[in-house]
Amino acid sequence: MYTYPGIETEETQDIILPAAPHIQIKDLNVHIEGKHILKNINLDIPNNSVTSIIGPSGCGKTTLLKTLNRLMDDSKNVAVSGSVLVNGEDIYAKDAEVTHIRKKMGLLSQRPFPLPMSIFDNIAYGPRIHGERNKKVLAEIVETQLKNVGLWDEVKDRLDSSATGLSIGQQQRLCLARGLAVQPEIILGDESTSALDPISTQTIENLLIELKKDYTIVLVTHILRQARRVSDYILFVYNGEIVEFGKTEDVLLYPKNEITQQYVKGFIS
Amino acid sequence: MSHVNRRLRKEKIAKILMQLSGISITASLFLIVGIILYKGLPYLSWEMISQTPQGGFYIGKSGGILNAILGSLYLASISTALASIIGIPIAIYLNMYVKNGSFFARSVKLLFDVLFGIPSIVYGAIAFSIMIWLGIRASLLGGVITITLLTIPIVVRTIDELLKTIPVDLKNVTVSLGATRWETAKILLRYIKPGIFTALLLAFGRAIGDVAGVLLTTGFSDNLPKYIDEPAATLPLAIFFQLSSPIPEVQGRAYASALVLTFIILFIVICTHILASKQKKHKI
Amino acid sequence: MNIRLIKDSIIQKVSALLLLLALSVVLLIVFGLGSKSLPLLQDQSIWDILSQSVWSPLKGDFGFLPFIMGTVWVTLISLCIAVPLCILASVYLVEYASARLRNFVLPLMNVLAAIPPVLYGVWGVLFVVPIVGGWVAPLFGLSVTGYSVFSGGIVLAVMIFPIMISIMVEVLQTIPQDLKFASLSLGATKWETIQKVILKKAKPGIIAAIVLAISRAFGETIAVLMVCGNIPQVPKSLFDAGYPIPALIANNFGEMMSIPLYDSALMFAALLLFVIIFGFNLISRLILNRLEDKI
Repeated sequence: MYTYPGIETEETQDIILPAAPHIQIKDLNVHIEGKHILKNINLDIPNNSVTSIIGPSGCGKTTLLKTLNRLMDDSKNVAVSGSVLVNGEDIYAKDAEVTHIRKKMGLLSQRPFPLPMSIFDNIAYGPRIHGERNKKVLAEIVETQLKNVGLWDEVKDRLDSSATGLSIGQQQRLCLARGLAVQPEIILGDESTSALDPISTQTIENLLIELKKDYTIVLVTHILRQARRVSDYILFVYNGEIVEFGKTEDVLLYPKNEITQQYVKGFIS
Repeated sequence: MSHVNRRLRKEKIAKILMQLSGISITASLFLIVGIILYKGLPYLSWEMISQTPQGGFYIGKSGGILNAILGSLYLASISTALASIIGIPIAIYLNMYVKNGSFFARSVKLLFDVLFGIPSIVYGAIAFSIMIWLGIRASLLGGVITITLLTIPIVVRTIDELLKTIPVDLKNVTVSLGATRWETAKILLRYIKPGIFTALLLAFGRAIGDVAGVLLTTGFSDNLPKYIDEPAATLPLAIFFQLSSPIPEVQGRAYASALVLTFIILFIVICTHILASKQKKHKI
Repeated sequence: MNIRLIKDSIIQKVSALLLLLALSVVLLIVFGLGSKSLPLLQDQSIWDILSQSVWSPLKGDFGFLPFIMGTVWVTLISLCIAVPLCILASVYLVEYASARLRNFVLPLMNVLAAIPPVLYGVWGVLFVVPIVGGWVAPLFGLSVTGYSVFSGGIVLAVMIFPIMISIMVEVLQTIPQDLKFASLSLGATKWETIQKVILKKAKPGIIAAIVLAISRAFGETIAVLMVCGNIPQVPKSLFDAGYPIPALIANNFGEMMSIPLYDSALMFAALLLFVIIFGFNLISRLILNRLEDKI
């Protein structure tokens, strides 16, 4: 069942509870190959805002992000306990249906990975999978989403050419549009600008700030300046544990914890 | 939600199909070994592997296939030795003396890859016509030449792949000590020693199992192979000939011979596997 | 002059010479087989040779069509069996199976690759032929011996399993994890991701594996010869006997000397095999090399 702009279905109606946070993480523990990667994570991620996860490399921030849309399940030897509630629904419940969960969350990975098909098909891929066959509707979705990420004018004449011909910055925007086309509620970004040039980085950052009106955004980043520029909240993770969580300026300017202070000042990286 | 359910059902069906294909492919191996074991075991005896064919062997009377076993072992050992004498220097040359990644090196490697895929019947046919031209009759020598040509590409390509896995730093360290290219190559060879044995075993396995090449060049003989210019029996040919006999005893011997060849091959494969895992440990 | 340097340069020259010798085999094959098949080509036009279906060397009729068709039939049958099975199985091994299962199955494929053709032939005679003749053909209301292109195709299919599986698994393993994640995170199921993204991305590699397998199937001699029936006719159904080109060479080399042009015809057959297989191998290796460079 696919929904496109302007048409509401049962699926979208019964889940919006404005006050409650979109994502609630309760007692989350993740073991990978016997190693304790995430320890007792408890967290409410605020709605319609950008939350950045920061921390030294290897601290578990990417694992935390991938736990949110169950991409960790796909790797071997991963044990997850605890629960992640999205709109009150536990995505780690036994009867939870994975594709439906993942559809709610767009993922923007480190490097852009356009699917091996044309620009048009890249965007139409998601809607088609979820059952949309109408060509006119598909064309509409493609246009809307490409406009959303400011790519329409650049590619509208070559929608049928391969997506790999785009520049890397364009590719990343295409990937964002592709994610938006399945009507997610949440956008997850995994160091999404680390492969991009400064100008493309800025474009993506501005897009994310704009998108937070409609989406809940969670980013992993190792660039403090980027975290400061785009995020409303910051989560500092160290050794698999949450050390500090709060408003951006609170965490970055007046960190309460000593480790956070050292990280923010650049003593730990 | 029926759309989602349909998609999930598709996923399940696909997974079952994939499992079935995997099972049937793996099962084919056990089926082959199992059938040969089942049919061959009753006919396998000490006499089979310790005697040469006696009078009336091919109508079911006593004797064994020692001539073929020895013939095959000789043929495969000599060919593998020759192939390694020729092949290893070529692999070293391509890695140490020729500029890596050059057009020449790449095309030569490509050519060896292609030669690797040329069937033995083609080698056999060309060797056969050369032998006629030179007036050489079917003999162990003819077989050795054919099989050597067949196995050189295997040796070259396997050892080349091994040399490629050596860290560049190791090469640089040796070179920076002032070693010549040959001295460096000797160090590298020591480094990939288990791998070289793997390559030789692979070549040996291919050599001992080949029929089409020896069919045209080596001939067949009931005597133990003594001279290189005389025809010699080989195990695969012994299997082939005995199997086409209408006499049940002789057919039974074909099954037993097949079993002997299976054992030899399994022994080689197990050795290769052990050596390969040794090479892997060596790397870390 | 340092003795070490002299040694070095001697070794360089010897190896270069060996390389030259090894590569001259290609020229030897082409010119040797070419000059041998010349008498036949001078006697009849190449088109006649390839398209005539009458094979009776005593009368001087050398029509290759039955043998070409025999080879084509067994190769096609083996591909029809092996390609879907191998694609599905390698996808399963890479995308679903645990590392333990993979480390169990892949070495078994090496064993399968190491089994000599003659043993495949024995298996074919003992197992495949009776099943085809006793079970499968009666299903279609036919009473045949089982020595047929179908049996040949089955045996060949098993023979090309290992080469296809090993290359396909290698190709599938090079596909970046993140590309799969990209599709999965849009809510695609694993199978949809495999169908629409992974297999699409892996297509050149899979084609290369298939082409390599075709050339292997073309040249396979003894195993096919043992189960195919070897009647020089153009096969009309799955259960007809066939006579592939390699089997033609292997079966007749002994008697070819006494009949005029016969040896020339057999060498032409070998040349034909060589050229076709050389071409197919070259294509697939070029594809695979290009894929390797991309990574």
